[in-house]
Amino acid sequence: MRITRIISEKPVKEQDKVDLSSLDSLFASFRGKHGSLIPLLQGTQHAFGYIPREAFSRISQETGIEIADIYGVATFYAQFRLSPVGKNIIKVCHGTACHVQNANAITDALKEELNVLDGETTPDGMFTLESVACLGCCSLAPVMMIGDDTYGKLTGKSAVKTLREMKNNPCPKKEATV
Amino acid sequence: MKNNKTAKVIVGLGSCGIAAGATKTYNKLKELQLQGEVTFDLARTSCIGMCYKEPLVEVQDAKGSVIYGDMTDDKVSAVILKHLKEGVVDETMAVQSDQFEGSEHRFFDGQVKIALRNCGYMDPESLEEAEQREAYHAIRKIIGQGLSQEAVIKNVLDSGLRGRGGGGFPTGLKWKFAYQSENPEKYIICNADEGDPGAFMDRSLLEGDPHAVLEGMMIGGYAIGAQTGVIYCRAEYPLAIKRLNIAIGQAREKGYLGKNAMGKEGFNFDIYVKEGAGAFVCGEETALIASIEGQRGMPRKRPPFPAVSGLWKKPTNINNVETWANIPWIINKGAEAYAAYGTEKSKGTKVFALTGKINNGGLVEVPMGISINDIIFKLGGGIQKGKKFKAVQLGGPSGGCIPAELGHTIVDYDSVTATGAIMGSGGMVVMDETTCMIDLAKFFLHFTQEESCGKCTFCRIGTKRMLEILERITEGKGKQEDIATLELLAYQIKDNSLCGLGQTAPNPVLTTLKYFRHEYEAHIHDKKCPAKACKPLLTYTIDADKCTGCTVCAKKCPTNAIDGTRKEVHFIRTEACIRCGECYTVCKFDAVMVD
Repeated sequence: MRITRIISEKPVKEQDKVDLSSLDSLFASFRGKHGSLIPLLQGTQHAFGYIPREAFSRISQETGIEIADIYGVATFYAQFRLSPVGKNIIKVCHGTACHVQNANAITDALKEELNVLDGETTPDGMFTLESVACLGCCSLAPVMMIGDDTYGKLTGKSAVKTLREMKNNPCPKKEATV
Repeated sequence: MKNNKTAKVIVGLGSCGIAAGATKTYNKLKELQLQGEVTFDLARTSCIGMCYKEPLVEVQDAKGSVIYGDMTDDKVSAVILKHLKEGVVDETMAVQSDQFEGSEHRFFDGQVKIALRNCGYMDPESLEEAEQREAYHAIRKIIGQGLSQEAVIKNVLDSGLRGRGGGGFPTGLKWKFAYQSENPEKYIICNADEGDPGAFMDRSLLEGDPHAVLEGMMIGGYAIGAQTGVIYCRAEYPLAIKRLNIAIGQAREKGYLGKNAMGKEGFNFDIYVKEGAGAFVCGEETALIASIEGQRGMPRKRPPFPAVSGLWKKPTNINNVETWANIPWIINKGAEAYAAYGTEKSKGTKVFALTGKINNGGLVEVPMGISINDIIFKLGGGIQKGKKFKAVQLGGPSGGCIPAELGHTIVDYDSVTATGAIMGSGGMVVMDETTCMIDLAKFFLHFTQEESCGKCTFCRIGTKRMLEILERITEGKGKQEDIATLELLAYQIKDNSLCGLGQTAPNPVLTTLKYFRHEYEAHIHDKKCPAKACKPLLTYTIDADKCTGCTVCAKKCPTNAIDGTRKEVHFIRTEACIRCGECYTVCKFDAVMVD
């Protein structure tokens, strides 16, 4: 759950045509089932990283739900994004435990380093800065997550240092998952 | 413990362990295994609750079990080699053992594990291990002995189990209502939309023992006559969702779920997982139902209660993860055994997520009736850096704070409610003298204001107005009448909101006003923050007696607000100071003072 929800101030430009054919199997698997709107939106976001404009009309055609209602649902839930995000999403935890351990200092330092506001993406499309409510590793507070890696017991300085190391070495060794 | 020849090395791979580097530890052990110097079986388990010592590695051999803490990949090989090759236990790293008193035995001593009975003791992805630890025994007992639906409900009623999601409504009674609603189609829902920031009890339970939750739901489904169970889980818990789906697959394969489940003719019960999409309000029953139906998660008026008209307008019974996990234990051991723990009106145990400025942060399960001081100082090991205990926040944004003076308060629904806080789902955030209570209230209100669904005017607009006042106060612009306005708004929001979110949103403000009114007054009248946390209210000065004129602070100051030459006393120009605190951090002589 996001604390600061992403609000895109800039008008969305005429987007490049998005090919929705990759969603065919998703639509097929939910056809005729009730209550499928949220899973459809989740599946779309999973495929594109956000929900493209075209997807709304396609979902509407498939389900018979009005576009306005779909938009209502998509903007109600913090999970859904309506504009593309950066390659790396930096999630700074602002749960209670992180808050009392000064998570604000981390967001402030990263905002300055990346020169973006909370919820924005850097112009080169590399990083999106987000505040999230709880990543669930409270004993490591304050924490941030870049991609799938969690960094704990941070200070503003060490967060910036981590980020700079990542910038210099954009393809860190992928750790094998268990 | 089986007396195997081959030793077993088990790595704790819950979300918190993985965040602390347990995957690297696991890979390191795999390497060690391949090197062949020592032979052992490598296994995984989930969170045992001791988050502050993660990564954790347990060694089981003929002698018994030893759990080592802080087993990062650079330390693990040496400790394991020493243990398995030389038979020497590194007692400085051992946190718990059945052979000697580990360094952290106090963390375990006060605990009674019922809901968390299997967490950290088995591989959560193995049905075989779960069944060795009594998974599906209770549902088998019910079907084998031909217990009636009423008998199962009576068992749950007699146990005194109350809803562990925070509401504290008697679970048996809830089941009875759903059972009494006549409809051939009924639903069971597991509320796993754990939204309170700073709470992770349900996540650990789902990651550590998914079968317990499934079995609880099966028993509930049998008791009320439902055919479908839905687990509504936060999308932010990918590991929990993965393990739930594995567990459901295993249960279906064995015929525990599905048509004629557990081999019982006519007991058709299946479970599926529904991912939430990030909305705190969906923890509320009717909002959760709306969300499963694919709508905006907004609560509706009750009655009709879900027990009469819930999911798809059918009778529905909703319980929280921890509640479901207690059910099989109650059926197995009996209602009396459960009711033997706890106080007169609050039976059994409660899981708490202990976080904040505490030494031993983690997950603890304690019998109801234990005092808050015992949890914080005995299990939690006291406050970090030897600071003073100030207050504890119970129940997250819906709860309230309990000050140190009331630390003797016992944990049960009624005693906690009497202080103005609520039991909540189990988040327990500990604060020390450096936490500003107004800043904390502002934090929670910011959260509820963002998460208000917007249906009720008082919740939507009232929380925003309250937040504005709190922001003003922490910026040193508080007005005389602010405290009275906050109280007025708080009671209006409580009285005029439809669901629990609005009804409880003002609690953090009301309880901090009750116990820490002097802090509000200091902010408003004296423009001072007693905890020295609200930056706009601080003044930085340099102690002339301590300053050696080393110039470090002047060099570090981002706004060049510090004047002074080498070997001369420095001076901060307040009008240029942005109160970043950098000088305070870098001064080696403690010459920078904050007021």
